[in-house]
Amino acid sequence: MALVEIRDVYKSFQREEQRIDVFTGLTLDIDAGSFTALMGPSGSGKSTLLNLIAGLDKPTRGTVTVGGAAVSSMSAGQLAAWRARNIGFVFQSFNLLPVLTAYQNVELPLLLTNLSKKDRDERVKIALDVVGLGDRASHYPRQLSGGQEQRTAIARAIVADPTVMLLDEPTGQLDGKSSQEVLTLLQRLNTEFNKTIVIVTHDAHAAERAKTTLHLEKGDLIEKPRVMAGAVR
Amino acid sequence: MKYMRLVLANLGRHKVRTILTIASVALALFLFASLRSVTTTLAATAQFGGARRLVTLNATGLVFPLPISYANRIKGLPGVTAVSWANWFGGRYGDGKTFFANFAVDPESYLAIYPEIVLPADQKQAFIQDRTGALIGKRLIGRYGWKLGQNVTLQGTIFPGDWTFTIRGVYTPTDPAIGDDVLIFHHDYFDERIGRAGIAGWYIVEIDDAAKAAVIAKSIDDVFRNSSSPTKTGTEREFQASFATMWGNVSFLMSTIGLAVVFAILLVTANAMMMSARERTGEIAVLKTVGFSDKLLFGLVMIEAGVMALTGAALGLGFAKILYPSINFNGAGFLPGFKVATSTLVVGALIAVGLMLASGLVPAVRAARLPIVQALRKVE
Amino acid sequence: MIPIVYNVRSVAQRPLSTALTALGVGMVVAVFIGMLALANGFRAALARTGSETNAIVLRKGADSELSSGLGRDVASIIGSDPHVATGGDGRPLVSPEVYVLIPLAKSFDTTQIANVVVRGVSEQAWQVRHNVKIAAGQRPTSGRAEVCIGSRLTQRFPHTTVGQTLRFGGRDWNVVCNFTAAGSAFESEIWGENEQFMPVFRGEVFQSITFRLKDPGAFDEAQRSLQADKRMTVDVHRESTFYAQQSQLLGNILSFLAIVITGIMAVGAVFGAINTMYAAIASRAPEIGVLLTLGFKPGSVLLSFLAESAIIAAIGGVLGCLFALPLNGIVTSTTNWSSFSEVAFSFRVTPALLLAGLIFAVVMGVLGGLLPAVRAARLQVVQALR
Repeated sequence: MALVEIRDVYKSFQREEQRIDVFTGLTLDIDAGSFTALMGPSGSGKSTLLNLIAGLDKPTRGTVTVGGAAVSSMSAGQLAAWRARNIGFVFQSFNLLPVLTAYQNVELPLLLTNLSKKDRDERVKIALDVVGLGDRASHYPRQLSGGQEQRTAIARAIVADPTVMLLDEPTGQLDGKSSQEVLTLLQRLNTEFNKTIVIVTHDAHAAERAKTTLHLEKGDLIEKPRVMAGAVR
Repeated sequence: MKYMRLVLANLGRHKVRTILTIASVALALFLFASLRSVTTTLAATAQFGGARRLVTLNATGLVFPLPISYANRIKGLPGVTAVSWANWFGGRYGDGKTFFANFAVDPESYLAIYPEIVLPADQKQAFIQDRTGALIGKRLIGRYGWKLGQNVTLQGTIFPGDWTFTIRGVYTPTDPAIGDDVLIFHHDYFDERIGRAGIAGWYIVEIDDAAKAAVIAKSIDDVFRNSSSPTKTGTEREFQASFATMWGNVSFLMSTIGLAVVFAILLVTANAMMMSARERTGEIAVLKTVGFSDKLLFGLVMIEAGVMALTGAALGLGFAKILYPSINFNGAGFLPGFKVATSTLVVGALIAVGLMLASGLVPAVRAARLPIVQALRKVE
Repeated sequence: MIPIVYNVRSVAQRPLSTALTALGVGMVVAVFIGMLALANGFRAALARTGSETNAIVLRKGADSELSSGLGRDVASIIGSDPHVATGGDGRPLVSPEVYVLIPLAKSFDTTQIANVVVRGVSEQAWQVRHNVKIAAGQRPTSGRAEVCIGSRLTQRFPHTTVGQTLRFGGRDWNVVCNFTAAGSAFESEIWGENEQFMPVFRGEVFQSITFRLKDPGAFDEAQRSLQADKRMTVDVHRESTFYAQQSQLLGNILSFLAIVITGIMAVGAVFGAINTMYAAIASRAPEIGVLLTLGFKPGSVLLSFLAESAIIAAIGGVLGCLFALPLNGIVTSTTNWSSFSEVAFSFRVTPALLLAGLIFAVVMGVLGGLLPAVRAARLQVVQALR
């Protein structure tokens, strides 16, 4: 069984008077331990797909299952709790709370658990070390470079040891060098720590680092290595 | 509270705004406590009054005197253990711009009937023995810089002329409603100078059993009912209470202003909260993505409002509680024993809680209901 | 100068925030106007009581009518004094009066006792005090136990309208008329014949003698001559001055309270205005950047935001005036501690007071907007446009 199972998913949005159909019967599997890049033009539904996997949004029809959990049918309250333990999400920008230090930002998901201060402390330190920012723990976001901010966000995304990591255009705002830092880190997380990673990206370099690349166009997958039958129309 | 760090960090985002808001709440609650204390203090003065003391006035009105011969007749009634009397003098001191009460009393019986008037035994003796002596409350010492043994001259208003007394004693009242800014002198001297012996402004009657107050009061009034100066007797508390009602609608006025004040700060706090909330939609979306539930975010916003409201309340109420006793405020004599009562603190705290709920509610609900996806779209 | 329409539109764009701030300012202005209207009303009631053309005589040293005592001999001395005006009937316009206080229980709550003025008058009183008019009934007939009661007492005390019987001083008195006195303190009094009151209260003694000055401009001379007269020991006051002075103590207390209370509230309102303006400026930093780029000077930016703050506060001021206006004319009463008597008066909201309230509001707005406006003016273009 795949880690993420998307089955015959339909998703529409109402924008002003128009109804926009993003997905019309999408079916897709993502295996545990995979590193998948999702590419495609804007409006193709990449971010929407990420949101569906994370339980931030619900499909109009169809099911989304992550690690056995029926994400598409859980309530908002259940989803919040589930997300805290199972999902690590990184945005393109504006990840960190400016009023908290790097350490405090990374600690956020752990506040939702029952861990003691001591345990939380340990995990935050480990997460920051993994991303190479152990010495920046007490810095505020405004004191960090763009690349460092994103790495802090990644630290936050892994600190609770989630089932899957979802990143929406993580290198979109970064320069070449910082992008490389971030992508190298992601690769490491996948190969060394066996994290399942899905990134949405425009960047071909980023896609190269991934093990699998999926292309979405108008809500349909094209070029589908390791995908189950029935998706294309 | 592991989330406190987050709450405090949010409050620290705009330190100026947070400080100003807390200061507004503090000011408003200080004002509220002060105003309410006027009402509670007036009510408290109506509580003063020895349960075993009655006051006998001329039934026609408090400005009319009673014959001194009544003293013995009252003393002879069953249940009466002691009688004393006093006359309002109303003298002016200096330029008359500051005012203090002054009256003529029968020294030994008056001091006996009011054990709340406390002074050293030697001063008491000196006062009793000097016919032109005066006994003053300790506040007057501070106000005018008088000293023991000094001569003080009052201008008579009702009883004309210059009246000079020698200060023989300074008293400290054990009950604030007695007033620590009063001057009393000898009735004998008063009688002698006005040349018209034998009048008392009012009588103070001590009885043996507080439960019999109404009965004894009636018996006194019965004795004089058909004479040329009928009396009206009541407990000392009733007498004090009637003074409090002379303020008319003051209580009502104070409550209304108090309400206006509370409402005004509510507006200020609510405004500040809403401004903060509006700026944070992106962050709230991120927190929800990380897994903070709607309920949790609702709570965090409410706690934020609560921290501001309760800190402000503590500062404002606390300051009021400490200020007035430390400056010995008594509203120029009209509000003796002015202080912030416990009930006022309780009401103030409740107001703070109400403030927290009212100002935090809308932003908290908004945060809880924030649709993550839409908010994120704006963010990206 | 940045056009004011920019500020007006910006204010309209954040209606909730503006409304809350304005309302806060409005409350302060309303309390300000309300309390000063109370003090005003009290002072006015007393001021109207006394006339510039009359003089009142009390025993020397007495600070109120209550403390004074004058014999019949003094009344006749004054009656024949050349400074006293004569009425149409050739008689001197002199009114010797008895003045005492009696306790009366209020209608709505009989445990509340007020000390009400009972004034003994002669026929001349109705002429000497020229703003007194009979509103119902007939003047008391000489020799009878009859009283005439001021209109402000009729609503608040029982047994005070024409035809009823009021009991005080151990006797029953028939109420034969009610009178008005142009809103002055007399309307809170009970009037009756001197000769009826004297035996009941203080015997053959008056408390005051009021007379009409033949020449109001010659008051000082009249005062000197009467006070120097060795046959009597009196103080002479111009009636208007006397009553104004009687209102001083309580009037000052009320004014003092008004200023302290609204002062404290105003600080709170200013804090609110500061918050609002800081937030507005923070969210409009890019706009400010544009304005500066276009060539507007920082000074103009400063004035512009100051004006915006003033506009919001002015709206609040108008609201405050609207809240306070209904108070005008509401009757209330209290004890005038100077004379120990109960006085009824009404709130008096004057145009001057409303104007003062508006100015007060604008001042609060300017104070609140100052620091934020300075910050706006100091913004560097680069910062603002980031």
